Amino acid sequence: MEIIMSILAGVLFTTGVYNLLQKQMLRIIIGTALISHGAHLFILTMGELKRGAPPILGDGIENYADPLPQALILTSIVISFGVTSLLLVLAYRASKENGTDNMDKLRGSEND
Amino acid sequence: MLFAVFLPVLLAIFIPFFSKWKEKIHTGYFVLLAPLAVFIYFIPNLGNEFTPISQSYSWIPSLNIGLDFYLDGLSLLFVLLISGIGSLVTLYSIFYLHTSERLDQFYVYLLLFMTAMFGVVLSDNVFVLYGFWELTSISSFLLIGYWNYKERSRYGALKSMLITVFGGLSMLGGFILLTIITETTSIQAMIAQADVILSSDYFGLILALILLGAFTKSAQFPFHIWLPDAMEAPTPVSAYLHSATMVKAGIFLVARFTPIFSGNEWFFVFVSGIGILTLVWGSYMAVRQTDLKGILAFSTISQLGMIMAMLGFGTKAAIFAAVFHILNHATFKGSLFMIAGIVDHETGTRDIRRLGGLVTLMPISATLAFFGTFSMAGVPFPFLNGFYSKEMFFTTSLELPDHSMWISQVLSQAIPYLAVFGSIFTFVYSMYLVFGTFMGEKKLDQLPVKPHEAPIGMLISPIILIVGVIVIGLFPNLVNGSFIAHTAEAIYGSPVEKDIYYWHGFKTPFIMSLIVVGVGIVLAYFRKNWASIYSFFPGKLSFNKVYDFLVDQSEKTSAKITNSYMNGSIRRYMALILIAILVCTFTVLAITDGFAWDTSNLAEITVHEILIAIVMAIAAISTIFIRNKVGAILILGVVGYGLALLFVVYRAPDLALTQLVVETITVALFLLCFYHLPNLRERTESGSQKAGNLIISIAFGALMTVVAISAHSTKLFDKISDYFLETSYKLGGGDNVVNVILVDMRGIDTLFEIVVLGIAALAIYGLIKLRNKKEAE
Repeated sequence: MEIIMSILAGVLFTTGVYNLLQKQMLRIIIGTALISHGAHLFILTMGELKRGAPPILGDGIENYADPLPQALILTSIVISFGVTSLLLVLAYRASKENGTDNMDKLRGSEND
Repeated sequence: MLFAVFLPVLLAIFIPFFSKWKEKIHTGYFVLLAPLAVFIYFIPNLGNEFTPISQSYSWIPSLNIGLDFYLDGLSLLFVLLISGIGSLVTLYSIFYLHTSERLDQFYVYLLLFMTAMFGVVLSDNVFVLYGFWELTSISSFLLIGYWNYKERSRYGALKSMLITVFGGLSMLGGFILLTIITETTSIQAMIAQADVILSSDYFGLILALILLGAFTKSAQFPFHIWLPDAMEAPTPVSAYLHSATMVKAGIFLVARFTPIFSGNEWFFVFVSGIGILTLVWGSYMAVRQTDLKGILAFSTISQLGMIMAMLGFGTKAAIFAAVFHILNHATFKGSLFMIAGIVDHETGTRDIRRLGGLVTLMPISATLAFFGTFSMAGVPFPFLNGFYSKEMFFTTSLELPDHSMWISQVLSQAIPYLAVFGSIFTFVYSMYLVFGTFMGEKKLDQLPVKPHEAPIGMLISPIILIVGVIVIGLFPNLVNGSFIAHTAEAIYGSPVEKDIYYWHGFKTPFIMSLIVVGVGIVLAYFRKNWASIYSFFPGKLSFNKVYDFLVDQSEKTSAKITNSYMNGSIRRYMALILIAILVCTFTVLAITDGFAWDTSNLAEITVHEILIAIVMAIAAISTIFIRNKVGAILILGVVGYGLALLFVVYRAPDLALTQLVVETITVALFLLCFYHLPNLRERTESGSQKAGNLIISIAFGALMTVVAISAHSTKLFDKISDYFLETSYKLGGGDNVVNVILVDMRGIDTLFEIVVLGIAALAIYGLIKLRNKKEAE
């Protein structure tokens, strides 16, 4: 299963990077969101999948799923959420201010 | 000696205060104290019983760098030249520079230069020497660009800076190699280990690097091009820096390292070869010039070449002659520059084509110029010092030691002829200089100012120098045993005793002198008839063009390189970054054989997981093709909720919860912005761009997959999580291990994650609020 999940993470990275290389801001933000999904899946797969119960202590349970990657991913989800929302507002403001969301047209003036 | 070296720079601190009274007392009078004091301080060292003195002051002991000073005959000659001519030049500048000029800047730079020069010639530590060496470059740069409102001054200053600093840095490389080989930073200690250096593998490199430093500083072929352009400096600067002192720093360096290097034949080939080439080229080009200072600049180049050539000969007589000529050249060239300055000052032009017949108007200057130029030309009069050293030059050029390499044998054969050839042209430009300026018809109508004799104060310095020319000419042995013999001994390594005679008998050197004078007179007289040769050779060829081309091209090429990748497109930078990551990681994987494949420890595959994975993959891929923004947002939501489902499957309830909430909020946010964001458009990039993007992204996804599989297949250590599971309740008091980790065991992560969210919220608030304010205005 880990191998299939690795491939899925790869697919998420591929589509994320492809979107990142586009000119429109919305696509770039979608790209970053896909990449963070890919990274979370990646971290989870690095631990071991499905080897025991959820990491909530209880009586009579021998094996638990690895809690450390879960803690790391939880932190990461929140941070990527913050970054995504900031990017979204930034994109909204930038396209409003400049009248374009094409990254290739946002170059500033010669004398900046 | 420490005090003597730093006296000028100490005085420089007070110059801005002195210059406030410059209307009453010319600032130069205060400045005069520094070189004069140093001169008087060192004068008592003259005499037959001179022994080297060394003094050390601690500076950076851990790096073996100290202010070590060493005064031997060579340093003494240079210290006296720098301080003596420094005093005369300062005196001259008092009358040359009007008080309306920015005197404070001029004298601060000049004093800085004096300290630098004293430091160069007195240092025994190579790194201290290098420090002072660069200080001479910097102060010279400032002095050349003194009239910085002139475009030519700025050009000349930049050119001299680029060339001399290039050489200085090469020299530093040589010094570092020397230090590594000999494990000492002291020059005297290096000389004691000359055999170690000569047998080192890096000897060739050291020789080349240090000679590069010396050749650039001393304006040797082909690095001579900065010197003529440095003539944009005020004349006292040209007289001081560009004839008597700074340009001799390279000579000093070669002389200082002669005891080490002269054991190698390449030293002769390079030093004598380049020196004689510089002599010939400089004297040939000097005749072409029309500017008085231009003639003198090329003359300086050629005379420096002559000294350099003699240092390369390496025989006892040649080194003695080189030292003697250093002294002689400083006297007559210094005075000639000052006279050129006087002529400029009194007539308003330095163009020799507009000058003529000034002898009756400026009799004193004319007389001084006659003595100076005749000495420079080496005219055989017993009261001119230039003749002695030229005669010695011819003598030594005929007595070269035997060499083993064919190239040095050829060079030894050619040197006497080249010497005569160069001297003939020296004679021609000297005569052209003095007769063109002071004889012939008067052209007063072409002069901006009505010429008259200079004030006496301006004439004092050249008079003193010309008196020096005559005294050394009449009594050459006066400076011999007590002075220059010590210098020659310091260079040669063993005592050098030599008498200086006017009359050597009717031998080959004298015949060479006669040829020089005879052919020189003919050529000088018919100069106009053959001067058109310069339009054929060198014609339009010039090393200045090479320099300009190099500077121009380096600017253009670097601009081209920068523009080629800094094109302002985020996409391009992103692609470059990703390609770099791909190349580096795949290379490391390939080199270290990092790919691993281990299927022994895998979880079982179930249908519902596969289904979720397929849905997620399809959703992710379709984000690329979708053109509807609502669709895009919803599809992104599908990926996020799919991930949440996977978290459920993989026993991560907290993650699933958070992911669901965050995904919902994100989708909501997208939809909030949705109205304002422009719709997605048809892709505009070309097919090749699309293919490039596709290749990069597939390669990146493949990389991550490979890394994930390899990492999973290689478990080197036990996991640390067992500790968390065991102690979660005991130490943390909680059953939910993930939450205990987040708030107890790794609580700092959580603190800063909260900070991140807070900052993001503030930034979003700011972005929206700022717009409102701006729109309100």
